[in-house]
Amino acid sequence: MNQHLSATADAAVPIGTSDVPSDVVRLVELKRRFGVTPALDGVSLTVRKGEILGIIGRSGAGKSTLIRCLNGLERPDSGQVFIEGREISRLGERELQPLRRRIGMIFQHFNLLSAKTVEENVALPLKIEGRPRAERLERAAELLALVGLLEKAKAYPASLSGGQKQRVGIARALAARPALLLSDEATSALDPETTRSILALLKDINRQLGLTILLITHEMEVIRSIAARVAVIDAGRIVEQGPVWSVFADPKSAITQSLLGGIRPQLPAEIQSRLTRTESGEAILRIDVAGEAARQPLLSDLAAAVPGSFRLIHGGIDHVQQQPVGTLFLAVPGNDANHLTRVIAFLKARDARVEVLGHVANPV
Amino acid sequence: MSPILFELLIRSIWETILMTAASGLISLVFGLPLGLALIATDRGGIAESLWVNRALGAVINGFRSVPFIILLVALIPVTRLIVGTSIGTWAAIVPLSIAATPYYARIAEVSLREVDHGLIEAARAMGGNRWTIIREVLVPEALPGIVAGFTVTLVTLIGASAMAGAIGAGGLGDLAIRYGYQRFETSVMVAVVIVLIILVCGIQWAGDQLVARLDHRV
Repeated sequence: MNQHLSATADAAVPIGTSDVPSDVVRLVELKRRFGVTPALDGVSLTVRKGEILGIIGRSGAGKSTLIRCLNGLERPDSGQVFIEGREISRLGERELQPLRRRIGMIFQHFNLLSAKTVEENVALPLKIEGRPRAERLERAAELLALVGLLEKAKAYPASLSGGQKQRVGIARALAARPALLLSDEATSALDPETTRSILALLKDINRQLGLTILLITHEMEVIRSIAARVAVIDAGRIVEQGPVWSVFADPKSAITQSLLGGIRPQLPAEIQSRLTRTESGEAILRIDVAGEAARQPLLSDLAAAVPGSFRLIHGGIDHVQQQPVGTLFLAVPGNDANHLTRVIAFLKARDARVEVLGHVANPV
Repeated sequence: MSPILFELLIRSIWETILMTAASGLISLVFGLPLGLALIATDRGGIAESLWVNRALGAVINGFRSVPFIILLVALIPVTRLIVGTSIGTWAAIVPLSIAATPYYARIAEVSLREVDHGLIEAARAMGGNRWTIIREVLVPEALPGIVAGFTVTLVTLIGASAMAGAIGAGGLGDLAIRYGYQRFETSVMVAVVIVLIILVCGIQWAGDQLVARLDHRV
């Protein structure tokens, strides 16, 4: 971290000197507490130009506070927020206003104005910028075409479905040609199918316009289908971050593992409940493979190399960001300790992570 | 009813309409900004200032707790200062407006307070300032309630204007008391009541129509 920042943060840090220009957002040791509970407890994070970064955490983990610090809706107690190289956490409301026009935001409950038509909603950021009416309407039509709702231009939001409302929200967020799009649980109020179409739209926009997107969510499925990088937040701290496929393949923290629980293969509950430490019956192995290791014919190679049997209980290979990420559960006869050792040794030699979960007395 | 009484009735209707419309308009012009000030200065408002909020609230409550007939008399010096006289229809408009403004401010406050906070946040996130929030979010979103509240205020003003007869303001209430009650002209009393019912129903109907046209929430 640059040394001069902490000392002269309030004395207008020169624009662009403080960080790499390709970082749209850089957060340094952000702290914010409400009463005695810390909502943010030292968050440092960067969002690179053109990427989709997902921040995931349970409710109350500090996600909303974090995203609100980025456009000054929330003020950190300490730490710095750099937007396109400019420190904004000490700026006054008036100085923040032009800056917020560089940052679009979409919301869980859409927050469309009920008294305005769809096109008036989309054009509002331009009205705030003081653009002439003709230009506003032209831009609104362009954006409504982009989100596929041109025919609803004159309708009022109340007549739209949830997914359509969020499309309008997205069009509105893009109106002022922002450098960054913040998505605050934008799909949490939508059904799975609509969620997929909204996420596909966001991904399209990211690709077509090169727009940087930061989204917060509590659903791993959202991260999996759209984000390139993920940061996991818990109790106001970033506990883990990295490319989505690698976090999926090898989650380090308990909270990440638990958040992944819903979409990664899990040991079936009836087997889980019968696991014992006593080494009898079958040994249950959990095998995690990712990347190159998951592209190999692992099980047939295992069968060829190690004499003796094993059974596949559960599992599969998933594809995250075009990378295979797999979890397999095997049952290996436990009466021959050597056999088990050889199986484990073979798998480890093939870059798989192997864990003996326990033993099950009677074969399932 | 004699032609003279009929002429009196017509004049009284005009006086009532004049008093109600003028003081209604004044209460709208001053009451709506007051209502906005009340929610803007409240905790979490766009111009939070609890001290100003409490002071405003106290003044409004003070005016609202004085019975109108007393306000009418107590404000005579103020009326004389503004209108030049303390007697007549125009003189009644001053106390009517002063009573209706805090009343309407409270009604407007309730509607404005119901505007979803998420909408204000969305406007802030777009880079809007306070004025933008008031003009583009608070007032348009609360407009159905603001109009419905104005209808209620107008109906209340028709009732209050009857008391203005006490300072010689004329109007339907005054006519009903002096002719219908004190001179036992039952036909006048009946006519006044019918006219009042028509007036109130008409205002309410027009208000409801306007609200229905403005409300896009469902």
